[in-house]
Amino acid sequence: MPSRPAGTLYRGKLGMWSWVLHRITGVGIYFFLLVHILDTALVRVSPEAYNSVVASYKTTIIGLAEIGLVGAILFHAFNGIRILLVDFWRKGAKYQNQMFWIVLVLWVVLMAGFVPRQLMHIFG
Amino acid sequence: MVVIETPNSPRSRKGAQWEKRAWLFMRFSGVFLVFLIIGHLSVNLVLPEHGVKAIDFAFVAGKWASPFWKVYDGVLLWLALLHGTNGMRVIVADYTERLWIRKALTITLWVVAATLIVLGTLVITTFDPCIDPNVHSYLPDLNCHA
Repeated sequence: MPSRPAGTLYRGKLGMWSWVLHRITGVGIYFFLLVHILDTALVRVSPEAYNSVVASYKTTIIGLAEIGLVGAILFHAFNGIRILLVDFWRKGAKYQNQMFWIVLVLWVVLMAGFVPRQLMHIFG
Repeated sequence: MVVIETPNSPRSRKGAQWEKRAWLFMRFSGVFLVFLIIGHLSVNLVLPEHGVKAIDFAFVAGKWASPFWKVYDGVLLWLALLHGTNGMRVIVADYTERLWIRKALTITLWVVAATLIVLGTLVITTFDPCIDPNVHSYLPDLNCHA
């Protein structure tokens, strides 16, 4: 076996972390989507079946988890637009770092609007 | 270890074409999904007075009384599931080394996607608010034939 050469650990800085976050949020959203299609399908079974399952979304713990879900979706959405600009805009690759900061600022602004609203709904 | 037996043999144009289309699909569906999902979250989670607590059978029946929301939810279902499945396919291809595991997982992903697209589309297109005997209390204009 050849020995591992030193100093080859990839350090992609912000661009790499945006890629890692895009993957993790994408996988999380995917598995929620599978569950969400199945729970919505219960409207075709009976109002009771649908209402009893949707009631679990109204609990405190799932209400808080929804903040994570919305956070993942918003990050994936804005970073997805950033990826699109990196791929199709002439200066996209040059400004990818700045665009990542814009993604984070947009994310913080929208979450600052959503989180209090959601907390009011959960505990109100 | 991955052994590339004939690295200088010509690559399949067909496979490359498919990958390019999948790559383009991710970007174009992504743009639509950004708008669709923000609308979806606003209308169902943020704007209603009690947020998620307002969602029940009556809420869905009220929305799906309008063809607009049926088409909206149908397009969201198709685009989100195809976008998500293709993303998972790329991740599986990145992290699996043995070909049979990759193939098994990829086939599973597409079977799940096809099943849920058929199920979801049928649910939207054949939805019947009249299975709720109290439907007239929230959709008074609805005409249910016995």
